[in-house]
Amino acid sequence: MKRFSQPLGLSLLLWLVLLIPSHAAPTVNPKILHVLNRLSLGPKPGDVERVQQMGVEQYIQQQLEPQLHSPSPPSLNAQLQSLETLSMSPVELAQDFGRPKQKTGNKLSPDDRKVYREKLRQIAEEAVRARLLRATASPRQLEEVMVDFWFNHFNVFANKGQDRLWIGSYEQQAIRPHVFGRFRDLLGATAHHPAMLFYLDNWQNTAPNSLGARGRFKGLNENYARELMELHTLGVNGGYTQKDVVTLAKILTGWTIQRPNAKNPSPQGFRFDAKRHDSSPKVFLGKTIQSKGEAEGEEALNILAASPATARHISYQLAQYFVADKPPESLVNRLTQNYLSTGGNIKNLLKTLFSSSEFQDPKFYQAKFKTPYQYVLSAVRATGVEVRNVRPIYTTLQQLGMPLYGCQSPDGYKNTKDAWLNPDAMTRRLSFATALASGRIPLNAAPSNSLGREKSPQGPSQGSPIAASLNPIQLTQTLGNGFSLKTQQAIANNPPQLQSALLLGSPEFMHR
Amino acid sequence: MDGLSIVAPYRDAAYYEGRPKIAIPQPGQGQSLLDLDGRFGLHPALADLLPLWQQRNLAFVHACGSSDATRSHFDAQDYMESGTPGIKKTPDGWMNRLMAVLSGHNPIQALNVGQTTPRILEGRMAVATIASGRKVAGTLPLDRPKVSAAFDRLYSNNDALSQTYREGQAARQALREDLKDPDLEQKMANNGAASPYGFAKDAQRVAQVMARDSRVQLAFMALGGWDTHVNQGSASGQLARNLQQLGSGIIALQKGLGPVYANTTILVMSEFGRTVRENGNGGTDHGHGNVMWVLGGGVRGGKVYGEWPGLTTAQLYQERDLAVTTDFRDVVANVLGDRLGLDGAQLGRVFPHFQPNQRLLLSA
Repeated sequence: MKRFSQPLGLSLLLWLVLLIPSHAAPTVNPKILHVLNRLSLGPKPGDVERVQQMGVEQYIQQQLEPQLHSPSPPSLNAQLQSLETLSMSPVELAQDFGRPKQKTGNKLSPDDRKVYREKLRQIAEEAVRARLLRATASPRQLEEVMVDFWFNHFNVFANKGQDRLWIGSYEQQAIRPHVFGRFRDLLGATAHHPAMLFYLDNWQNTAPNSLGARGRFKGLNENYARELMELHTLGVNGGYTQKDVVTLAKILTGWTIQRPNAKNPSPQGFRFDAKRHDSSPKVFLGKTIQSKGEAEGEEALNILAASPATARHISYQLAQYFVADKPPESLVNRLTQNYLSTGGNIKNLLKTLFSSSEFQDPKFYQAKFKTPYQYVLSAVRATGVEVRNVRPIYTTLQQLGMPLYGCQSPDGYKNTKDAWLNPDAMTRRLSFATALASGRIPLNAAPSNSLGREKSPQGPSQGSPIAASLNPIQLTQTLGNGFSLKTQQAIANNPPQLQSALLLGSPEFMHR
Repeated sequence: MDGLSIVAPYRDAAYYEGRPKIAIPQPGQGQSLLDLDGRFGLHPALADLLPLWQQRNLAFVHACGSSDATRSHFDAQDYMESGTPGIKKTPDGWMNRLMAVLSGHNPIQALNVGQTTPRILEGRMAVATIASGRKVAGTLPLDRPKVSAAFDRLYSNNDALSQTYREGQAARQALREDLKDPDLEQKMANNGAASPYGFAKDAQRVAQVMARDSRVQLAFMALGGWDTHVNQGSASGQLARNLQQLGSGIIALQKGLGPVYANTTILVMSEFGRTVRENGNGGTDHGHGNVMWVLGGGVRGGKVYGEWPGLTTAQLYQERDLAVTTDFRDVVANVLGDRLGLDGAQLGRVFPHFQPNQRLLLSA
């Protein structure tokens, strides 16, 4: 047996080289690809070489300290600064972009309605544009990955009523500043933001028979209290009871949204309405909460953020997102301990995660099936195209069942293979890969000013390409040449453009 | 969806007292209800469905709904699709579990219209998808023989991805053939089923595939726009326009199915009904009990089923909503038992933790 092994290996190698000379570039250390796959939305041309040069440890360090190492490129900054609504506060948005005062009855005049719709369209478009431009072009890739992670964790749905106004502000002001910060700060920022107050109905949550209980504010609303424990903090088996749900709802009575026409409104749009608050004494998760108005809610958030159940829930979710659909228990335990000893310091948690033996274990390389968001953005990044027009990305995400800001339910999009691998998804991913590789998707065209209907980027493929088709040799190099023999064989002997499509549609590229 | 406007209890004084602006006038008064049984009247926007009622293959189940009292759209919708009211963590939808129970698994056993797999069809069984809108039969880059041949080679193994790829290709191929008959589309248009509405067009396509290809056993379509908090309207207006659209879709299905209609059952369901009393904005808020529609060749129709709980304040659920006297799962289970021949154990797999507790005799 031993005598045969060497000649077989040799002949295999020779055969490969003969068949596909274009893919014979040296294979990159798989650890580099692993780190790029998990800490970024996929390598852009040059990323692999950069990490090779600086080393994996240095890359991780830089990604965890983006403000020190990774300034945004001026072209991205300029594009972001042109987005008017991105920096507006929730109250400004309600004042300048909200539903205009009705003159007669409930109906807006056709003109008013048109203006109002146009404004909402602008907000939605700018939020989408900001997110997708950053995802494709920002060198602070781990920050973008964490925005994806935390936005789903604290999901709000862009098309529920008033949340149309606040979707961009929510990400910009409640999520982004805290993605590497303390979990308690992130929790507090989402709890106070009008987008969350509206989405999970807490703005109407009112103590029955309180002074302010009238009109639409008549009684308790448990919606937010329940999700706050089940999804945001303790987790569904986190040891709370239905009684705790009701108590937490009572604690949060009066946490509401500032009226835009109020005198001296706080710009962040949060208001505590003492008249609607339940000031009875309460016992929450076994702890006595003294009657003290708004501060009761802060105390409850403190209790929740400090709970070992929360530490475990967050640790599990991070391990699942970054390591495997069923993450190793040893890792979840270590992260839980880290969370508890640092008081929920997210940056520290991530450091521990990335340096863990579990994260670095080669058996988890490419173990995660990309979500549509990760798949589409990694493909766009791999092309190296400077994106000016985000619309085709937005539409493709819709077609793949993961519309940006379009997850209706509070649990956000999942990131497991079970959730995303289905027959139609394969058909659509491969069609997208083929269209992208052929250069027919107008990503570099002048930005279009509407997210509405448009010709599908996966539509009929006749018509001339708007950019050069993707060079498979370059693409292979960008992706570190980490393709299996099987994939390389299937790709060989196809025309170049189809080779690129096959690379982007390969099993390796479906995973991260 | 406001079931009290669709099958309106026009003999109940409380119906008119609670809804001064939006109640539909009693039958025979101009734009008014179409009498069904001397007690309930059909919304005039659904006049096209009246012949089906008269032929006794349209039935309604009133005061029907979920055993869970939530007034959250998301939760109520989730429960209706998972088939497990009150249990959020159910991983799959009842229609997907139904696929597993039925025999004859194939790539187009169940059809979904739209972009995302709805909750009701989520699960381990493969579901075929038809995109909504005009481009449905449009070509994808993957349809080009050279491209698909190359991907066929790439995904020729037995791993999960390769298998899923092949299921997708098989479904697409079957659907493209079923959808690829311009003559048929024309014939159906001449049948009187054509309609300007997108929903009816989609329904027509679903019917076309189902009529031509007996491999399709189940189909699901969603239609939104029923959250009428403001300016709901009465015999005409917002709700009436939506009902018109829904009704024309159902007629498109019925006509398009042709002879297959006799073997098909169509269910129309919505996550909850709306408040009995109209609100201050000429609309209705989230409520509880609703009406469920059952159509098809084998339906024992021409009848409003379900125990009517009444509309006086004391009879209402939490003094505001139509009470639920029939669990929606009883209606579905009845159809699955009678029309698809499911036994008790199989029904238990489709609706776990549920004991069907009513015998409705919906089917002939």
